[in-house]
Amino acid sequence: MEELFKEYEDKIPAILLEELKSSIDKKTTKTQLKKMLEALYEEYLESMVEPGESVGIISAESIGEPSTQMTLNTFHFAGVAEMNVTMGLPRIIEILDARKNIKTPMMEVYLKEPYNKGKDIRKVAELIKETKMSDIIQEVSINILEATITVKLDRQKMKDLEVRDSSVKRAVEKQLKSGQVKIEGDEVLIKVKSKDDSLNDLYKLKEKMKSIYLKGVKGITQVLPVKRKDEFVIITAGSNLKDTFKLEFVDTERTTSNDIMEVYENLGIEAARAAIINEVYRVIESQGLNVDIRHIMLIADTMTASGSVKGITRYGVVSDKSSVLARASFETPIKHLINASLVGETDPLNSVIENVMLNQPIPVGTGLPGLITKVKK
Amino acid sequence: MTEVYLNGKFVGEVENPIDFVNQVKTERRKKKLSHNINIAYNERLDRIEVESGKGRARRPLIIVRDGKPLLTEKHIIQLEKGDLTWSDLVDQGVIEYLDANEEENALVAFTEEELTPKHTHLEIDPLVMLGLTTSLVPYGNYNQSTRLNAGSKNQKQALGFYAANYLVRMDMDVNILHEPQIPIVQSITHEISGYEKHPAGQNIVVAVMSYEGYNMEDAIILNRASIDRGLARNTYYRPAISEELRYSGGLIDEIGIPDKEVKGYKSEKDYRFLEDDGIVYPEAEVAEGDVIIGKTSPPRFLSSMDEYNIATNTRRESSFAMRHGEKGVIDFVLVTENEEGHKLVQVRIRDQRIPEVGDKFTSRHGQKGVVGLIVSPPDMPFTASGITPDLIFSPHGIPSRMTIAHLIELLGGKVGALSGRYIDGTTFNSEKEADLRRELLSLGFAENGTETMYNGQTGEKFQAKIYVGNMYYLKLKHMVANKIHSRARGPIQLLTRQPTEGRAKEGGLRLGEMEKDTFVAHGASLLLKERFDSDKIIIPVCENCGMIAVHDEYKNKSHCPLCGESVEITDVEMSYAFKLMLDELKSMGIYPKLQLKSKY
Repeated sequence: MEELFKEYEDKIPAILLEELKSSIDKKTTKTQLKKMLEALYEEYLESMVEPGESVGIISAESIGEPSTQMTLNTFHFAGVAEMNVTMGLPRIIEILDARKNIKTPMMEVYLKEPYNKGKDIRKVAELIKETKMSDIIQEVSINILEATITVKLDRQKMKDLEVRDSSVKRAVEKQLKSGQVKIEGDEVLIKVKSKDDSLNDLYKLKEKMKSIYLKGVKGITQVLPVKRKDEFVIITAGSNLKDTFKLEFVDTERTTSNDIMEVYENLGIEAARAAIINEVYRVIESQGLNVDIRHIMLIADTMTASGSVKGITRYGVVSDKSSVLARASFETPIKHLINASLVGETDPLNSVIENVMLNQPIPVGTGLPGLITKVKK
Repeated sequence: MTEVYLNGKFVGEVENPIDFVNQVKTERRKKKLSHNINIAYNERLDRIEVESGKGRARRPLIIVRDGKPLLTEKHIIQLEKGDLTWSDLVDQGVIEYLDANEEENALVAFTEEELTPKHTHLEIDPLVMLGLTTSLVPYGNYNQSTRLNAGSKNQKQALGFYAANYLVRMDMDVNILHEPQIPIVQSITHEISGYEKHPAGQNIVVAVMSYEGYNMEDAIILNRASIDRGLARNTYYRPAISEELRYSGGLIDEIGIPDKEVKGYKSEKDYRFLEDDGIVYPEAEVAEGDVIIGKTSPPRFLSSMDEYNIATNTRRESSFAMRHGEKGVIDFVLVTENEEGHKLVQVRIRDQRIPEVGDKFTSRHGQKGVVGLIVSPPDMPFTASGITPDLIFSPHGIPSRMTIAHLIELLGGKVGALSGRYIDGTTFNSEKEADLRRELLSLGFAENGTETMYNGQTGEKFQAKIYVGNMYYLKLKHMVANKIHSRARGPIQLLTRQPTEGRAKEGGLRLGEMEKDTFVAHGASLLLKERFDSDKIIIPVCENCGMIAVHDEYKNKSHCPLCGESVEITDVEMSYAFKLMLDELKSMGIYPKLQLKSKY
């Protein structure tokens, strides 16, 4: 039995062999198994894409056609905190371009036991949310003569967010770096070092003071605990995987972000590939459209094959094409023609567009007779 | 203190803004101030804005005092008698014109019933919320607003009787509908606007049913008998204009029959309709390619050498000929002068247009459609009384568009046609549907407008009762005859050698980039190549330098201008557009070297 499986190890993917292994029972004879393996191998060959099939164009058409029907481009989260998420065509473009700064970065933070059971889930969520000075301020006033800024603190909010006076003082001192900080009752007094500073500088300082980081994960502006099956997950607006993973209650194995570049930087290229597939598939699914996942996988593969995430843009995947004419036909033709002529580039005319331009048979399908028959040299 | 601005300029301040505004209004109504003045108090900015300039859109409203309109029964009786005119009412301060700014201070009631003491004005009629064309839609208040929009847009494209003096005009692209009628179901706007002087449609019998699938997707079916009796026929007029232009050096165009020596001479047959003056005679039946105005122009470029060269000094042919695919009858010939005193010839060509498959029709409710089939009368469904409809309209056009007025018009048209009167379908103020139904019942028809009908092809009775009645249908100016286009071979562009673009140039139909992709997706490599063969060219290429070589047809030998005759020269097939690109690269100093290799 085992040898038989061994024989087919190189021919059939392991996952299929595993499946067959688990489905046979003790009654199966050797000849029966042999027949099964043969049939499986045949079926496997049948389901492979034939050589010369234009998989790229087919994928492009399969995704391009339904995307013309996408309409709604935002998606609203129901809940206490209103959250909008970019969806539809704008989101797909965003993913395929491999944008560095996406419109609505989000994370799905999974929690370790026992935090995910829902006890104090709001409190846990608040720990992830970034708290800034502006969140606990009631009123700000500037004294021009004394060159001081007086900040009235909102005690109730501070209590809710669990911010202590001492930490406020420390943060302001450390991050503002100018002048003395004193806390008197509900008020924070900031005294600027030199009185020579102009009014303009004082205003700038005031604005800077508002954005002082106090606690939580930087970049997370909103949090929303959501129940998924039998556990709680926290959905965040804003994404920061690196700092989130430092929190001890976060399940680092399942937590993800919708920011592909961030996934790539923190979890590696395979994770980025998976993220592209998931994100594109989710958008298409949410529109009620049906695209085979293999088309999306092909796109994710082309974007990540080089080891870094490259967008389907003239700076990304297209710039890697070997043909000058193919690159020139996409965008900025003059740039490509000039550079090619400067270095004396050769175009081997191996791909589709070049051959369409030259009115030559394209090397797909019937354009590849060499696959079936010997052609004269 | 409230600031007062006159036409946007500060003029002073007043203590009590509301009193001031009211006083101005009273004075104006008493004719002590001009009617053209409008005043408004802007509460938010606490300022009074007075406007008297031109260019403001203003509209008339009935003034209301203490919840009672100032226009009374007495006024109306006087108006009917003709003792009172509109301007009298304005002078008496019964009606006043408000601009957009003053309207902000007013509370306007739509109907008399909804008046309260708070109201300041009353609409003359709720119909005024609609524009001219929109108020021509009967029972408009039963339609969705988007359909009203579509309906009024369609009406603007309808063929009709646009001007009584069309016979002496030389307008471009004119259509005159034969036998236009005024609608049975009208609105008050038809009366006010003098619609009977320029009607744009015909009242026809419409059955709402399907017919062999030929009225799918908004198509309509026409009865051939109706067409033969002149339904929706029109005449299409198009002028041919040609003038004798003057060029530098005392050269001038010449209208006349061109000599045979002229460059670009067509053929004797093409000039056969021209009289001695070079212009066609009226009532000539011309078709594609026939010359209408013969004209020759001086040679285009006269270089200094050419003046001594008699041979090149031939004139060019520049006649006006009928366009590709067009035919017609010469209707009218006009010979005059233009502003500069040059001879100007205008010839009007007329063409009768009989409805055909592909012509566009519409009702007044945005229910437009294209003729899908013309059915001969015996095959047309008929009612128990033997009526065959002129037009069959598909019921699938109704539910999603919700044009209830379309259905009511059909009912109203039926009542009007049977009882011999016009039906008032004015939006917001129409004859009630229930009354129409009752009247239809008293005329001996089913109250809901349906009738038993029989299949014209088999004679069988239809199971369903069919909704039939009369409707006002419009023929729209989009006719297939002006749009139909096909090409197998034809003209190509000089630069790229690719087919020309557009119907006017008899162009090819482009197989675009995305269409190309479908060929690639199917792996139909050689088929794709064949499709793009329109500018294919075989070019000799020097294998040594990779540049385009020269083939000497006379010696039947090829040579490379750079490397001479002793090199290998191979014929290569490529698109002319690519050869052009190679030439362009060369002109920029880039050396595009072709390295030849067998493809397989």
